[in-house]
Amino acid sequence: MSDAIVTLDHVTFGYDRRVILSDISMAFPRGKVIAIMGGSGCGKTTLLRLIGGVLTPSKGRISFDGTPVDARDRESLYALRRRMGMLFQFGALFTDLTVFDNVAFPLSEHTTLPPPMIRDLVLMKLNAVGLRGAAQLKPADLSGGMARRVALARAIALDPDLIMYDEPFAGLDPISLGVAANLIRRLNDATGATSLVVSHDVKECFLISDYVYVISGGRIVGHGTPAEVQASDDPEVRQFIRGEPDGPVRFHYPARGYGEDLGLRA
Amino acid sequence: MTASDLLPTLGRVALSNLRGMGRSAFFLVEMLKQLPPTLLRFHLVAAQIHAIGNRSLVIIAASGLAVGFVLALQGYYTLSRYGAAESLGLMVALSLVRELGPVVTGLLFAGRAGTSLTAEIGLMKAGEQLAAMEMMAVDPKGRVLAPRFLAGIIAMPLLAAIFSAVGILGGYVVGVLMLGIDPGAFWSQMQSGVDVWDDVGNGVIKSVVFGVACTFVALYQGYEAAATPEGVAQATTRTVVVSSLAVLGLDFVLTALMFSAPH
Repeated sequence: MSDAIVTLDHVTFGYDRRVILSDISMAFPRGKVIAIMGGSGCGKTTLLRLIGGVLTPSKGRISFDGTPVDARDRESLYALRRRMGMLFQFGALFTDLTVFDNVAFPLSEHTTLPPPMIRDLVLMKLNAVGLRGAAQLKPADLSGGMARRVALARAIALDPDLIMYDEPFAGLDPISLGVAANLIRRLNDATGATSLVVSHDVKECFLISDYVYVISGGRIVGHGTPAEVQASDDPEVRQFIRGEPDGPVRFHYPARGYGEDLGLRA
Repeated sequence: MTASDLLPTLGRVALSNLRGMGRSAFFLVEMLKQLPPTLLRFHLVAAQIHAIGNRSLVIIAASGLAVGFVLALQGYYTLSRYGAAESLGLMVALSLVRELGPVVTGLLFAGRAGTSLTAEIGLMKAGEQLAAMEMMAVDPKGRVLAPRFLAGIIAMPLLAAIFSAVGILGGYVVGVLMLGIDPGAFWSQMQSGVDVWDDVGNGVIKSVVFGVACTFVALYQGYEAAATPEGVAQATTRTVVVSSLAVLGLDFVLTALMFSAPH
């Protein structure tokens, strides 16, 4: 896909002998909201870390806007990262700084803008997430949902081309969840950025995304528009989107026979 | 354990230790490389000097005073046997500036500032703050660790100087005001017997070395801590143990190098 901002070409990644992602190929078109879904531990967050250059794939290539993501070339990696924003699962706000200073952080580190301009930009970003009034609070004074919105304001401070969301809906109350989902879509459309949402919240993801990938056991088991994925007859995809406790993904962790474990003979 | 099990275990332990040494050496080189750019952003260092130094002042001053009191009492007991009680000021001052000032400050620094640095960095890592910084294309080693490293190196000799100064005052209180030693003898013997370069200067060098060692250990342990509550707790304990042993070991080496040469 020529207008893809990020492409993964046969990417495999694992720790020691444990394979986390196996032969994954994806392309994320510009300006879209793409959801990467799958159960806990299926390798979704690892995928974001690979795109951000925090981890290096054991096989395959990842490129961002045509440039290979290479963790060994620190300078070019940092240049790429300046064009990416990432929202961590629990916000990862700097606890010693105020909300204002958290959002101002990337601006003051990467630009030589005068303080009044930084102030205006920070207030604009905070206004976009509805927290202009909380500018002088410390992260400890914020609720989980508010902290994530501040982190989102910080992630978009430099107007990135790609915004990555790591489990943006985890642990949020229904109102904060609706706010977060709405914000992701709205910010994506307003800034023209590409959004990559890693989540296991089926309802919200289907609501806001243009394209969905479902990962299970380190491979892509389904992809398409939300409607296509919903209509998929792949057993793993169906089990995931319906939340069935047993299916291709087993309820029981692999173990020897139950009777054998209890000392009973069949 | 059989001999065939022993060899691989030994190999694993040796390799893991070697790997740890290599990692810490790389870390130290990274820290040293970051120092010049950190100097250009001195406001970050100043904030850390306040956090590390200023907040350690009370414990350093209180300990200095207590050590000064005890030195004077013990010194008087010994010196008065030989009719040399007038030299108490010199004895207290030399003990403090050459030895006790840097060493006790180093040990207290490891316990007070070192542990807080390790816990702070460890918790920043556990809360993904360092990872978030990395993803913002800001090197946490330059932005978070290097200002703390430099602040520790600057704060330590200042704290050691305060420790020694307060200790000497403590010695004066006990020696002159309580035991009745002549104040003129107390100060003049100190003035004529303490050399600025050989005694004070070497003491300052010791405290700078201890500052480098303690701050480096604290930051390294925090940075390498496992991102769990137990990981941070273990790293904090290791900071105190390793820093204290480093201070005592380095003190022996430095003392041997500085003060054993005949004059």
